Amino acid sequence: MDTTGTFWMPPGNSTIASEVDGLFYFILYASIIIFTIVIGLTTYFSIKYRRRADAVAHKTDGLDHNLKLEIFWTAVPLILVMIVFVWGFKTYMKISVIPKDAYEIKVTGQKWFWSFDYPEGGNSVNEIVVPVNKPIKLLMDSKDVIHSFFVPEFRVKMDVLPNRYSITWFEATKVGDYTLYCAEFCGKGHSEMIGKVRVVTEEEFEKWSEDLAFSGEGMTLEDFGAKLYVSKACITCHKIDGSNSTGPPWNNLFGKEEKLSDGTSIIVDENYIRESILNPMKKITAGYQPVMPTFQGILKDKQIDALIAYIKSLQEDKSFIKDESLQEDESLKNE
Amino acid sequence: MNKMPETHYLNCKKGIKSWLTTVDHKRIGILYLLSIMFFFFVGGMFAVLLRLELLTPDKLYIDSDMYNQFFTLHGAIMIFLFIIPAIPAILGNFILPIMIGAKDVAFPRLNLASWYIYMVGALFAVFSLVAGGVDTGWTFYTPYSTTTSTSVISITLGAFILGFSSICTGLNFIVTVHKLRSPGMTWFKMPLFVWGMYATALIQVLAAPVLGITLLLLIIERVVGIGIFDPAMGGDPVLYQHFFWFYSHPAVYIMILPGMAIISEMITAHSHKKIFGYKAIAYSSLGIAFASFIVWGHHMFTSGQSELAAMIFSFLTFFVAIPSGIKVFNWVATLYKGSIAFTTPMLYTLAFLFLFSIGGLTGIFLGALSVDIHLHDTYFIVAHFHYVMVGGTVIAFLGGLHHWWPKMWGRMYNETLAKISCGLIFVGFNMTFFTQFIMGAQGMPRRYHLYDEAFRPFHAFSTYGSWVMAVGFCLMAYYLIRSLYNGKPAGNNPWGALTHEWQITSPPPEHNFETIPITDHGPYDYDKVVAKSTLTEN
Repeated sequence: MDTTGTFWMPPGNSTIASEVDGLFYFILYASIIIFTIVIGLTTYFSIKYRRRADAVAHKTDGLDHNLKLEIFWTAVPLILVMIVFVWGFKTYMKISVIPKDAYEIKVTGQKWFWSFDYPEGGNSVNEIVVPVNKPIKLLMDSKDVIHSFFVPEFRVKMDVLPNRYSITWFEATKVGDYTLYCAEFCGKGHSEMIGKVRVVTEEEFEKWSEDLAFSGEGMTLEDFGAKLYVSKACITCHKIDGSNSTGPPWNNLFGKEEKLSDGTSIIVDENYIRESILNPMKKITAGYQPVMPTFQGILKDKQIDALIAYIKSLQEDKSFIKDESLQEDESLKNE
Repeated sequence: MNKMPETHYLNCKKGIKSWLTTVDHKRIGILYLLSIMFFFFVGGMFAVLLRLELLTPDKLYIDSDMYNQFFTLHGAIMIFLFIIPAIPAILGNFILPIMIGAKDVAFPRLNLASWYIYMVGALFAVFSLVAGGVDTGWTFYTPYSTTTSTSVISITLGAFILGFSSICTGLNFIVTVHKLRSPGMTWFKMPLFVWGMYATALIQVLAAPVLGITLLLLIIERVVGIGIFDPAMGGDPVLYQHFFWFYSHPAVYIMILPGMAIISEMITAHSHKKIFGYKAIAYSSLGIAFASFIVWGHHMFTSGQSELAAMIFSFLTFFVAIPSGIKVFNWVATLYKGSIAFTTPMLYTLAFLFLFSIGGLTGIFLGALSVDIHLHDTYFIVAHFHYVMVGGTVIAFLGGLHHWWPKMWGRMYNETLAKISCGLIFVGFNMTFFTQFIMGAQGMPRRYHLYDEAFRPFHAFSTYGSWVMAVGFCLMAYYLIRSLYNGKPAGNNPWGALTHEWQITSPPPEHNFETIPITDHGPYDYDKVVAKSTLTEN
């Protein structure tokens, strides 16, 4: 990534960034001048007219108005803020009016990840890939609470609402990876609802579009699962080092007896994992909140199989699986 | 050497019961002082705890759920239990009737009732703390707030009840100002503190019911399941934001106008100088009160509201900036040819001018549509808000507390310690919050428990600043409490000021005035009248 960022602003890598920054600096410098005058005079008066220790109480000057001065300090700020208003509004209109030739991507926010649907039919999670120098229209909605799509380096932000579409757009001017934040508080995983905007060249984008339909050919099921673990954002809530996060850790999970929140218990097998992915509210592990969204429609059967294979591979003690010949058969069948 | 008066409002009646059933506006002010300062302490504890957690980018000692509860409780307690009531209920109650030469407020029993209502509201808030906490942020945005499992109902019910307390106080002040001014006190001879309180009271009475309705609808939606804001039930979450900010933007002025009102008193009393632009300041208070009702949409530039609405709200927002700017220029001009004493209240006044100017100017960034799109919901907002609310209101409140402390208790605090404490708070505050402007502009979103390593130095520095501030506050608690026991008696008029409250004993007698005072000079006629300080003349 480049380093054109300044003390105040991150690098600006979209078509509107320089306009936004221009106004930002105009206000900043005007503010510094006004602030210096106000505080300079305050300091000067405070020193010049300070009460001496030996002073006898006395009458002071009765000056209490000066019409010319008051008109001056009303009019000048008024003119300045009107400039700021018009300037801000002009750029805002550019941010609001979507170019006709924009490439449209559907954005879905939900606790606590982003998913993106492309016109060609592909889907990606937590990573939106876009071509450089092309306006991208984002048609956004949320499956649960309000989120907000925020990419600082593009100076773009728009709330993502449930039951209503919101629209914004941007045009990236530089190839690279940029952080996508959720800017509207959405609960426990808010600060981990972070995605990536990958800006690539036109050729790379075409290649990537083709690969999007990739279903793990040439990969072992286990490796494909490991890839999905990251790309489909399971990693946000499920750790593999045994540490507790929003959801139970995945290592040494398979074959384990888990206590459920309704007091019963269950052995973690293929069917339980599949059910937990597609209908996560049904059986909650005791000690965790019922917060996982359903992946129905996001994950294909093959991908679920891959994730199950990956969870199995996270077993330190594999003997358990091998001993259970029945389960071994099950997993073979899936493969 | 000054002597304490033999009988005054503090010792005229004795026993807990005499306090809990008092209808004396001064004693009610003290009841508010104790309860509100308690919640200021609780809210401050949460602030220190959550800044500590943010020392490192990863989890330090609490998980995300706990962090979310901490910032929610910090915000909700500070806003609803501290900053909204602080100045009107403590200093307004204590000083306003004396300033206009009245023996009490218009409805003394209603005044006591407002304190009990405050305590009931506070109990609900405390209950939600014990019953699992709240994790919605102080704004309670739907649909998150209608779906989270935490105890949202009790805290919103608390805020709902606190609204009534606010309305009772406001109503009382409006009638008091209209009806109980002493002979000779025309509208334009009223101290500007009274003007500020009057404008605040108007907003309280007009805006608080809207918050009440909104929070009630929220509770109805959660309890009965009627879809008002929750899209899953056919409601509209953005409607909630409109309702909420229709109250909460004017509420920002409920918080800052009293602060401005105090500054007008302190800057004149400690420079013995006539206020510059009395009418401009008085009218701008009313102007701000009016304009505050028509700018709420500037909190929602990224919410998907129509572009036309955004444009109108941005335009109107800049008009609120002008009266605030005029006030600052007037205060600076007041210092010209004054006799400026660097007392603790004056130091707070100067700190206010510094911090509030930054708070006000950074508001211009946020009113500009295109820039706000980038800065909205980042730490820039957090910093701006704290510069206005803490740098403005809280600093003015602390200054006012030091200004009127000798009147309330009849005793002086240790000035040296008070100045050190003021300095620590000023430095600590800038350390804590100036860094947040930079982080915010760089893209650090607010309400994040975990954050990018790149922001670490800023967050760490901000946390160190919060410690400096905390030390300043602890020092203040120490010398203020100590002053009650061995502070030197202040005499009637330690600052040599001209308003009515300084002409009676400190602490004031039970009924303020033996005979109704006649107002024969303006509150700031330092060019005509000389009042000697009871501190230096002895």
